[in-house]
Amino acid sequence: MTVENYLLYVVTPIISLAFIIILLRFLKGPRMYDRIVAMDLLITSGLGLIGVFSIYYNDSVFLDVATVMAVIGFLSTIAFAYYLDKEDITRK
Amino acid sequence: MILLDIVIMVMCTIGAVFILIAALGVTRMPDFYTRLSVTVKASTMGVGFILLAAMIYFFEFSISTKILAIIFFLYITSPVAAFMISNTAYKTGVKLWDKSVVDELKDADFNKNNDNIEEEKS
Repeated sequence: MTVENYLLYVVTPIISLAFIIILLRFLKGPRMYDRIVAMDLLITSGLGLIGVFSIYYNDSVFLDVATVMAVIGFLSTIAFAYYLDKEDITRK
Repeated sequence: MILLDIVIMVMCTIGAVFILIAALGVTRMPDFYTRLSVTVKASTMGVGFILLAAMIYFFEFSISTKILAIIFFLYITSPVAAFMISNTAYKTGVKLWDKSVVDELKDADFNKNNDNIEEEKS
């Protein structure tokens, strides 16, 4: 069994299952904060999937995409926290 | 070569299982704050293992520095983002779980927070 087959048939389904489970919380989340946390975890798991893809296609250009996505995930979470703190929205 | 393949497979599997554990935790945990803690720890560990496996697979200097930069950035920024979002959630009144034991911010009065900021400026 080569590395590529193992990644395609074992690792990628596990991460995809994780995506589906996180998406349940994203749809269900009772408050806005739960959705923000689920979105942050979706972006971070996407980083893992990009790493697996860069091994599978033997192409390191995907890692630049991973860098940009890490920055976007961090900045989006910080922006949501900052503006929710400023607006003082209480959604219960 | 085969040994390196086995190492890459094992590290990718560990990372994927960490991500799956984080997903289960974010769905099954009873409270916002416990969900947040599970998310941050497990997700950074999982992505770190997968990116280290990519570093072993490519084994070039430029790609290794890129991957180490990504891992360093994640390890720096993930606790900061978690702190910001949990601080905002606590201020706007998201309640703890019923069975939570410690609440260190119970006595802190966040309504006077703006006044404190103004005092620090002056």
